[in-house]
Amino acid sequence: MINKILIANRGEIAARVIRTCKKLNIPSVAIYSDADKQAPYVKMADESYGVGGTRVHESYLNMDRIIEIAKEAGADAIHPGYGLLSENPEFAERCEQEGLTFIGPSPSSIAKMGSKIEARKTMKEAGVPVIPGTEAPVSSVDEAIQVANEIGYPVMLKASAGGGGIGMQVVHDNDELQKAYESNSRRAQNFFGDGTMYLEKKIENAHHVEIQILADHHGHVVHLFERECSIQRRHQKVIEEAPSPLLTDDTREKMGEAAKKAAKAIHYSNAGTIEFLVDEEQNFYFLEMNTRLQVEHPVTEEITGIDLVEQQIKIAAGEKLTIRQDQLKINGHAIEVRVYAEDPNTFFPSPGTITSLTLPEGDQIRHEIGVEEGYTVTPFYDPMIAKLIVTGQTRSETIQHLEEALNQYQVEGIKTNLPFIQKVVQTEAFKKGFTRTSFVEDYLMQSK
Amino acid sequence: MKQVVANMAGSVWKIVANEGDQVSKGDDIVILESMKMEIPISAEEDGTITSLKVKEGDFVNEGDVIAELE
Repeated sequence: MINKILIANRGEIAARVIRTCKKLNIPSVAIYSDADKQAPYVKMADESYGVGGTRVHESYLNMDRIIEIAKEAGADAIHPGYGLLSENPEFAERCEQEGLTFIGPSPSSIAKMGSKIEARKTMKEAGVPVIPGTEAPVSSVDEAIQVANEIGYPVMLKASAGGGGIGMQVVHDNDELQKAYESNSRRAQNFFGDGTMYLEKKIENAHHVEIQILADHHGHVVHLFERECSIQRRHQKVIEEAPSPLLTDDTREKMGEAAKKAAKAIHYSNAGTIEFLVDEEQNFYFLEMNTRLQVEHPVTEEITGIDLVEQQIKIAAGEKLTIRQDQLKINGHAIEVRVYAEDPNTFFPSPGTITSLTLPEGDQIRHEIGVEEGYTVTPFYDPMIAKLIVTGQTRSETIQHLEEALNQYQVEGIKTNLPFIQKVVQTEAFKKGFTRTSFVEDYLMQSK
Repeated sequence: MKQVVANMAGSVWKIVANEGDQVSKGDDIVILESMKMEIPISAEEDGTITSLKVKEGDFVNEGDVIAELE
């Protein structure tokens, strides 16, 4: 039983979690930094507390203060949202010690999937296909060249300590690898204090496809099909959809089973996502596991009719899953686009005040939004300000609804990526489902 | 004289070059930070930095002058 939930997050995802709390009649507690006092989600919650500071390390990553607020407010559970503290095993552990229910998996599941190399090893042992690559970080050029020749070019070179793109590069031969290793390893050393690198075979013509799972504390695991999230910029997702235009029914079934096997291997509980790369011959390879709710979870909710936040809360409270795999069906199609406060050509951030906001409306339209007219988008947090989710019976019908919705969507006062999204959606390639992860370079870079 | 301007709004995360420094085209002068992204601002031509208009922690808007080169 959970009686009161503190949401250790901000923006659209805080608003999303509060909505389900209201549906379940569970009082909600919001926290806000000095920069977020005026944010819409703060007013939506039943109670709200200032966490102090502006930058994330002094506000939304301040574990001591967040736990103090939870106790002061009488909350007995914490929903971490995504990002911030959601995949921090230390925070999950602190919650446990303080007698608070962490709405997510156990600290040990988070830790196991947190290290890329550790996660690969676990998945390989569980029989889940992984991308051919290094089992341990390499610390010299010679070692890197030897591994690259074993797995075959092209290879992806990645910094062990890296996250969002820094220190990541595709190389095609020994010469390129030598140069890339030296510069990326130096940068990784400067940025993260760890210059070790690892190598993975570059999967050609890959699509990013991930499987949503739900697992309870009683050993019951179901998968809720896939989301395709191949349209990315700066290695971050921009458009996500379900179902994937690439997968055959047979591949969908196999990937769903592999995801369940992965979850069972680490005794996972709560909502989680297993990310894969899938090539156009339907081969799939484990990429990583996200041990939390995903940004793009609404497309799964739209095609399955299941409220994932509600399931998260029930699982955390110890309830048994009532969903059976054979009852789950894909119903229609859903596409989500992420609205970023950024320049649509350079993708550079664009903070500022929203002077006017016009949102499209309709039966097939859902908004997840963290801003409103007159609100000032600050430079302190992620540039994503809203998500637009559109549904339809078929993919082509959904794209048509999306184009209409985008035509009505107006944000004034700051720059957004909406013109970029419109360009993507209008291409023949997108309409046909030719959505490789290289889509933006393949179809949009030359016309910029 | 040539002005170096900010290409996005954000705060000055790091100052990499100082007044009086000789810089070549492409050398970083400051690194801006906004919304979890770090963007280096570099010299568009060779020259000497005659004046640095910002300090670490300052907030700049797109188009603001960061430095002057000669």
